[in-house]
Amino acid sequence: MPKASVTFEDIGVTVTVPAGTRLIEVSEKVGAGITYGCREGECGTCMMKIVAGSENLAQPSVLEHQVLSDNLAPRAARLACQAQVLGGEIVVRPG
Amino acid sequence: MSHPSVVVPGAPVELASGVHWIGALDPGMRRFDIVLNTANGTTYNAYAVRGERGVAIIDTVKIEFADEFFARLEQVCSYDEIRVIVLNHLEPDHSGALPELMRRAPRAELVLSQRAPAILKALVRELGTEPEYTPVGDGDAVDLGGRRLAFVHTPYLHWPDTQCTWLEDEGMLFSGDVFGCHFCDDRLWNDTVGDFRFSFDYYYQHIMRPFRSFVLEALDKLELLAPRVILPAHGPLLRSRPRDYMARYRRLATPELGSGGDEKTLLVFYVSAYGNTARMARAVAEGAEQVSKLRVSLFDLQMSDVGQFVDLIEEADGMAFGSPTLNADAVKPVWDLLSSLTLVSVKGKFGAAFGSYGWSGEAVGLVEDRMRGLKMRVPVKGLKVKLNPTEDDLERCRELGRELGAHVTGTARRRVVDIAELA
Repeated sequence: MPKASVTFEDIGVTVTVPAGTRLIEVSEKVGAGITYGCREGECGTCMMKIVAGSENLAQPSVLEHQVLSDNLAPRAARLACQAQVLGGEIVVRPG
Repeated sequence: MSHPSVVVPGAPVELASGVHWIGALDPGMRRFDIVLNTANGTTYNAYAVRGERGVAIIDTVKIEFADEFFARLEQVCSYDEIRVIVLNHLEPDHSGALPELMRRAPRAELVLSQRAPAILKALVRELGTEPEYTPVGDGDAVDLGGRRLAFVHTPYLHWPDTQCTWLEDEGMLFSGDVFGCHFCDDRLWNDTVGDFRFSFDYYYQHIMRPFRSFVLEALDKLELLAPRVILPAHGPLLRSRPRDYMARYRRLATPELGSGGDEKTLLVFYVSAYGNTARMARAVAEGAEQVSKLRVSLFDLQMSDVGQFVDLIEEADGMAFGSPTLNADAVKPVWDLLSSLTLVSVKGKFGAAFGSYGWSGEAVGLVEDRMRGLKMRVPVKGLKVKLNPTEDDLERCRELGRELGAHVTGTARRRVVDIAELA
């Protein structure tokens, strides 16, 4: 299975993960500061900033787009509970 | 005791020329939002402002008090005169009468903060249609003809949507929940009601305190307005010395216990049945003390008051919790403290858990989950030891303290791990 690396800037940890992993799964396990609420892409609590490698994440769904828009999210923001890793290197920090 | 009331059933109260209080008194309420007690009820303050081109309604009331609200409103204006409905905050105690008001005043423009629309959609489902609204922020204003309502973006006081509305010609600030309190007195004005200082502070401590950084940001804007009168959404209306209430908020929201400079603080809490978790706690603290520019404190939770620790935690940069496992759970003093932390903001603080156990050791994982639920960072894997810790175990505790301390002080080494190692 293809691998990817996700770096959580706020705690200085890089995690190697299989493609298809959602960022919230990694964030929780590593203890990064990305917080979560509903985990279903509705509340916007897990909004994070993609510092680098946004092209290595699956495109946001219509629902995720709507929630980001409702929360006046900046362009580099994604929801950790929705964003799936495709491969390559990704750098994130709490939004 | 009898005193002259300014609130008469079915009648509005004139606050200034063309400005009326059209809210409701709720003297019987004793517990609000589950967590707040009130000894003499509360008020739901709503207002009407008349200009040459129409009337603005600012906030409504809890739905049970809608009849009272509409009776007062109808004494001030007809529904077709209502040009604007402003909701400074969409919580149901202020938006309860909104759907009915929108039905009765269909031509009125609904004005909300930019963060409010998502909440609005859920609140007015009963209308059956998507409501039209105008989102506003800093610098936006509504011209009522001869007078303007300007808007001040003050998010997270205490919901994402909260804002204040400024009536410039009267120097009146419609502040929403900010500067409010649960205190019901039919004399309304702060220089005529009973002593509500306790209620004012209590409301801040339970509603605004978790958002104190947002309180300070809002005060930076609101103090510049120098309002002559502050009109909150609950409690007395503040016409006498309104700046004192702003100063009180600034004092309550300003950190007092911070060590200053670049020194960070780490608190190590523990509960111990047979001394094993206590020994681990001392070792965690010893390890953390080896980290430079880190002030470490060690506390036995069984011997102290939770409230004092909440104050300390609000100022701290990191915490470690030591709990033995009893019946597959962490122990009550630990949960008592962890469940009290909703009163303060711990988001982003660093945390770790450790503890001795006899059979299975669930406490450490449960405490870690709670810390994550509180939006803390938990970067160091928790440490559990079966019964008596050996010298090797205690060295692992010191290492946990050193690692946690390094994260707290921003000196943790960067590392690479595989997700399989994190289970």
